[in-house]
Amino acid sequence: MLKDITLGQYFPGNSYLHRRDPRAKIVASVLYIVVVFLCQNLWSFGFLVMATLGIVAVSGVPLKILLKSVKPLIFILAFTTVYNVFFHTGETLLVDLGFVDIYLEGILFAVIMAVRIICLLVGSSVILTYTTSPIMLTDGLERLLSPLKRLHLPVHEFAMMMTIALRFIPTLIEETEKIMSAQKARGADFSSGGLLKRVKALIPVLIPLFISAFRRASDLAVAMECRCYRGGEGRTRMTKLTFTLSDGLLLAWIAAMGAAVVLINLYLPGLSL
Amino acid sequence: MSTPFISVKNLSFTYDDEETEAKHYVLKNFSVEIEKGSFVCVLGHNGSGKSTLAKLLNMILTPDEGTIVIGDTEITRPDMTEDDIFEVRRKIGMVFQNPDNQLVATIVEEDVAFGPENLGVPPTEIRRRVDEALATVGMTEYARHAPHRLSGGQKQRVAIAGIIAMLPECIIFDESTAMLDPQGRREVMNTIKMLNREKGITVLHITHNMDEAIDADRVVVINEGELYLDGTPKQVFSQVDKLRTAGLDVPQVTELFCDLREAGFSLPADILEEEEGAKLLASVLL
Repeated sequence: MLKDITLGQYFPGNSYLHRRDPRAKIVASVLYIVVVFLCQNLWSFGFLVMATLGIVAVSGVPLKILLKSVKPLIFILAFTTVYNVFFHTGETLLVDLGFVDIYLEGILFAVIMAVRIICLLVGSSVILTYTTSPIMLTDGLERLLSPLKRLHLPVHEFAMMMTIALRFIPTLIEETEKIMSAQKARGADFSSGGLLKRVKALIPVLIPLFISAFRRASDLAVAMECRCYRGGEGRTRMTKLTFTLSDGLLLAWIAAMGAAVVLINLYLPGLSL
Repeated sequence: MSTPFISVKNLSFTYDDEETEAKHYVLKNFSVEIEKGSFVCVLGHNGSGKSTLAKLLNMILTPDEGTIVIGDTEITRPDMTEDDIFEVRRKIGMVFQNPDNQLVATIVEEDVAFGPENLGVPPTEIRRRVDEALATVGMTEYARHAPHRLSGGQKQRVAIAGIIAMLPECIIFDESTAMLDPQGRREVMNTIKMLNREKGITVLHITHNMDEAIDADRVVVINEGELYLDGTPKQVFSQVDKLRTAGLDVPQVTELFCDLREAGFSLPADILEEEEGAKLLASVLL
C-alpha cells in the first residue's frame, strides 16, 4: 500500500522540456504562473488553454497522468465553482431562488476560475515537476538561489536537506511497513474500528519509527563528517549546469505567451470579466 | 619493518556512568602499531571497545589520554585545526555498519561524488574518480540507479566506492559486513581484499566474524578495552581457550581440531582453512 506512493511526479523522458536546464524551468514555471494571472477575458483564456495544451504536447507526458494529478483538487474546484455560481452577482439574472440568485456572469466566472486553477496546476507541473528529476530540481534551486548566500541565507543547507529527505523517504516507508508487520504479528489491528481507534493504533508504529529516524540521522551525520563534509564552503560539484541558447529560448517562449495574452486583453476586449 | 602508518600509544577513553558517576573505561592503556599497506583485522565481542578505537582514529571522538600518530601527524595534539582534521579524514576513510545510513544522495554516482565534492576537487577530476571507483567495486552498471533499490551488499560497495573516490591511504571498516546476508558479505569481503592487494590501501577491518579474519595479515583481539592477543591469524586462532574467555568463537575447523587434540589426537592447533583440515584428517584416518 505504502509502496504505491510515487516520489514527486517525475515522468522520465527525453523531450525538449526534459532536456532543459532546471534553472530555466524554475524561472519558466514562475513566468507561466504570472501569465495565467494576466488573462482577463475569454479570448485570452482560450489562448491560455491552447498554449498549455501545446506545452503538454511538447513534454510528451500523457494527458491521462496529468488529469490524475488534478484529482486531489476536485473538492476545491467544486467548492469554488459552487461558491462563485451562487454568490457572484452580475446583470443578467438567470434564476431567482429567493435566498440566492444565479447570474450568467456568476456561471462564467466559476468556469473561468476552474480553468485558471487547472491550467495553473497542469502547466506549471508540466514545465517543472513532471519533466525534472528531484535531484536536478534541488540542484537547480540551490544554484538559482545561491546569490542569497551573500545575505547569509542557508541555501546550500536547504538543498542538502531536500536531497537527504528525498533519499530517506523510500527507506523510511520500507521501515514503516516492517514495523507495521511486526506490530500486526503481535496482534495490532490497523484496519478496523472508527477513525479515532485507527489513529490510536498507529501510535505503536510512529514511536519506533521516530526513534529509528533519529538514530539514522545521527549515523548519517557521523558518516558525512567522515567524508569530509563541512557545509557548502569550498565545495565543488561533479555535474555542471550549463545554460544554453535553447534554455533561453524556453524563457522567450513563455514571455511571448505573456505578451500575446496582454495584446489579446487590449485588442480583443470582448467577453471581459 | 618499515615505520608504522598508524601508531597508537597508551590510549584511554572513558565515559561517565550517569547513575553511579563512576568512570567507565572503554579503552584502557591501549597501544598498537599498524604498518602501511597491511590488512589488519580487529576482533572483539560487543562492547569491547573496537568501534570506539575506529572513531578515535578518525577524530569523531577524542581520547582522554594517549597519543595517535597517523603518517607523520600526531592527531591528538591540542593545536589541531579544522583543516588538519579535514586532512586526517581525507587520508582515513571509514565504512560503517548500516549501508542505508551512510548514503547521502538519491543517485548512486551522485553519492560516490559526495566525498570528492567536499574536498573541492575540480568537476572533470570528480567525474574520472567516480567512474574509476564504481568500476573498482564493480557497480558501474548501477551508476544511475537509486540506492534504495540495491541489495545490502551492493549498497555497501557503493559506500566503499564513495570512500575510494577520496583516494584515502587507509580504510577502516567498522563492522561493515555485520548487517549483510552471506552473499553480500562475500561481495564486500572480496572488494576489501582486492583494495588491499591491488590498490595497496591499508585496511583495518573491525568484525566479530572469525571467518573474515582468516585472510588478514594480522589479527588484533581487543577484550575489555585492552589489547588481548596480537599476531598472525594462525598464531591467534590456535589459542582457542584464550579466545573463548574473551567471548569469541574460533573458526569451526579450528574448533574441531582443538576438540580432537583435547581428545588425545596429536594434531596441529593452527588449522584455519576447511580444505587444509580435511586433507589433514584424511591423512590421519586413512
